[in-house]
Amino acid sequence: MPKQIARSERKIRVLVAKPGLDGHDRGALVLARAFRDAGMEVIYSGLLPSPEQVAQMAVDEDVDVVALSLLNGAHMTAFPKVKRLLEKRGGGDIVVVGGGIIPEEDKPKLMKLGITGLFGPGSSFAEVVQHVRERVSKERWKR
Amino acid sequence: MLRGGRDAYWNRKAREAVERRAKAGSLYDKKAVDDIKKGVKQWHEEVYRGWTEKFPEARQEFQTATGIKVKPIYTPADVADSNYSDQGYPGVFPYSRGVHPTMYRGRPWTMRMFSGYGTPEDTNKRLKLLLEHGETGLSVAFDMPTLYGYDCDHPRAHGEVGRCGVNVSSMKDMQVIFDGIPLEKVSTSMTINAPATVLTCMYAGVAKKQGVPLARLRGTVQADMLKEYIAQKEWVYPPEAHLRLVRDLMVFCTKEMPRWNYISISGYHIREAGSSAAQELAFTLADGFGYVELGIEAGLKVEQFAPRLSFFFNSTMDFFEEIAKFRAARRVWAEVLSEKYGVKDKRSLLMRFHTQTSGASLTWQQPLNNIVRTAIEALAAVLGGTQSLHTNSYDEAWALPTEQAVEVALRTQQIIAEETGVPSVIDPLGGSYYVEWLTEQMEEEAYKYFDRIESAGGLLKAIKTGYLQKEIAENSYRLSKRVEEGKDSVVGVNKYSKPERKPIETLKIDSRAQKSQVKRLASVRGKRNGAKVGTALAKLGRAFEDEDANSIYPMLDAVMQYATLGEIIDVGRKIFGVWTEPMIL
Repeated sequence: MPKQIARSERKIRVLVAKPGLDGHDRGALVLARAFRDAGMEVIYSGLLPSPEQVAQMAVDEDVDVVALSLLNGAHMTAFPKVKRLLEKRGGGDIVVVGGGIIPEEDKPKLMKLGITGLFGPGSSFAEVVQHVRERVSKERWKR
Repeated sequence: MLRGGRDAYWNRKAREAVERRAKAGSLYDKKAVDDIKKGVKQWHEEVYRGWTEKFPEARQEFQTATGIKVKPIYTPADVADSNYSDQGYPGVFPYSRGVHPTMYRGRPWTMRMFSGYGTPEDTNKRLKLLLEHGETGLSVAFDMPTLYGYDCDHPRAHGEVGRCGVNVSSMKDMQVIFDGIPLEKVSTSMTINAPATVLTCMYAGVAKKQGVPLARLRGTVQADMLKEYIAQKEWVYPPEAHLRLVRDLMVFCTKEMPRWNYISISGYHIREAGSSAAQELAFTLADGFGYVELGIEAGLKVEQFAPRLSFFFNSTMDFFEEIAKFRAARRVWAEVLSEKYGVKDKRSLLMRFHTQTSGASLTWQQPLNNIVRTAIEALAAVLGGTQSLHTNSYDEAWALPTEQAVEVALRTQQIIAEETGVPSVIDPLGGSYYVEWLTEQMEEEAYKYFDRIESAGGLLKAIKTGYLQKEIAENSYRLSKRVEEGKDSVVGVNKYSKPERKPIETLKIDSRAQKSQVKRLASVRGKRNGAKVGTALAKLGRAFEDEDANSIYPMLDAVMQYATLGEIIDVGRKIFGVWTEPMIL
C-alpha cells in the first residue's frame, strides 16, 4: 500500500528498452532524453536485452511505464512477450507503450493487448510524452 | 589514430585547415579580391541592410544541418585563400573533383539496390531473376539473428528469422542461396559485420564445392566493426577481438582472395544514428585510417590492401552540405594517405564510395513525399561523385518496401542519369563559391575531430569510453529538438501536416522462414560428422587464443564441416567474452 501511494504522487518512472536483436537505438536514445526533459525519471535498458530481462528490469525498478522500441520487424513477437512476462512477474499494472517501424495492420493486435502509442519514426515528443502521461494517470486512477 | 599516442600530425592538420593552409598561389588576384571584398561590404550596407529592414528574412540565422552558420551570399572573397591544386582535376590527386577521368560521361554510377528477406530459397530465386535481367552485382541482406551470430534455433532468434534479411545458420544455407549461380561470374555484396569472417568462409566454401578457385571470387563484405561500436551496434565481442578478426580477414584475403573487398568503411549508419554531416565524414575517415593502421600492424603494405577498401556514405536532405561532404571526403582521404601513410600508388589513394539515400529522412506521414526526398538526396550523391547508389523506397518508414516502391526508387536514379543532363559535366558544382567554401568547412571539421579523437586517446579508446557514441546521441537529440521546436521543418510532420492517415499497401512477411530454417538446421546437424565438427571447432578455439595465428583458415575448415554460425561465434564468445556498451545516456 505505501508503495502505491508513493507511486501515484511521484514522478513518472519510465524504462526505455529495445527487447530484441536490434541496435538501431537512435529513437530510443532521443526519446529517453525527451522523457527526461519532460520531468520523468528515465532508465535505459542498454542494448540487446531479452524480453525476460526487460520485464525483470521493469519490475525491479518499479517503473510506471515500459517504452519499447524495435525497428527490426520483431515487434509482434517481442512486444507481447514483454507484456505477458510483466503480468507473470507482478508488473501487470505497468503501462506498456511501443514504437518503431510498426505496420498499420499490426497495430490493432498490439492495442488489443494493451500495448499502445505505436509511434512511427518522426513522431513528435509532445505527442509521445502526452500519451505516456495520459496512460499513467489512467492507470493510477484505477487504483 | 587507432590506438592513440598523441600523434602531432593530426593537431598540425587541424590547425592548418583552420588557417586555410595559406600556401602560395591563391586562386584569385589579390587586387580583384580586395575589390570584391569592398563590393560585398558595399552591397551589404547599401542594398541588403535596407532591404532586410523593410522585408525581414524568414529566420534570424541560417545554418547548415551540421550547424555551420551560412551567409546570404558567397563570393571569391570566401575562397580567396584556396589553391586550385586542392580542387584539381578528375582522376588527379587530391581527387576533389572525382576519382575517374571521365566520371559519368564514361559510365553512369552503378545502381545497386540492396534487398532481402525470407528463406534462402526466396533469396536464390530473386538472385536468379536479377541475373536473368542482366545484373551481375548481387547484394544480400541478412536477418538479425545472422547479424548477431545466433543460429535460427536459438531462443534469441525467435520471431526474428528472415524478418529483415535472409537467415544463414550454416554453409548449407549459403549453398541454397547460390545454388545454380556460378560464383566466378558474379560479384556478391554481403551486408554483414560481426560474423563477416564466418560468412566469407561460407561463401568461399560454396566456391570450393563449385570448383571455383578462391582467387577468382569477387564481392564485398561490410566487416566495418569500428562503425558498429560507434553507430549500428551489431557486435558480439569486445572491440579488440573483432579488430583482430578483421585483421585476420585482411591478411587471409590479401593472400587467398585478392579480389574480395573485405571492408566497406561505412558512414551510412553513423549518419542514420543521428550524427551530423561533419561527424559522418570525420568518424568514417577516422575508421578508415584505423583500418590502414591495422593493416600496417599486420605487416601488410598499404598498397597491398588500400585498393580493397571502399567507402559507404549517406546522402540526406541538406543538399549542398552533402555534396561538400563527398568532395571533402575524397580530398582528405587522398591527402592523409599520401602524407601520413606515405602511399604513392594511385589506386590506393582513390576513395571509391557507395551511397545510400537516408532512411532516417523518410517520414511515415504522407509517404509519397519520400519519393521527392529520395530524388533530391540521390541527386546530391551524383553531384558528389558517387560510384554506386541505392535509393530508398517511399514506404520504408512503414515496412520493408513493396516491389512497386522499389521500382519507383530505381526509376528515380534512371531519371537522374538519363533525363537531367547532370552526368554530362564532371563535378558541375566545382567552383561554386559556396560549395568550395563549404567543402573546406567540412574538411576543417573533419581534421578538428581527428585531433579530438587523438587527444581522447585514439579511436579505440574513444569508442570504449563512449565518446563518439555520445557525440552522435547529442547531435541526434539536437536535431529532433529543432524539429520539435519548429526550427527545422519536415514537410508533412511539423508543417503542412494533415490529420488523416491513409494506410498504404505494404509488404507482408510471413513467418514460414523460421520453421523451414529450423528444420534445415536440424537436418544439417543430423547429417554431419559430429566428431570432425568438434575437432575443427577446437582447432578454431586454439587459433583464437593465439593472438599471432590467423583464424580464418581453421574457420574455413570448420565451416566446411558444417559447424554452424552460432557454434563458431560461440567459440569466440567463450574466449573473447561479449561486449556491453558504456551507458550513452
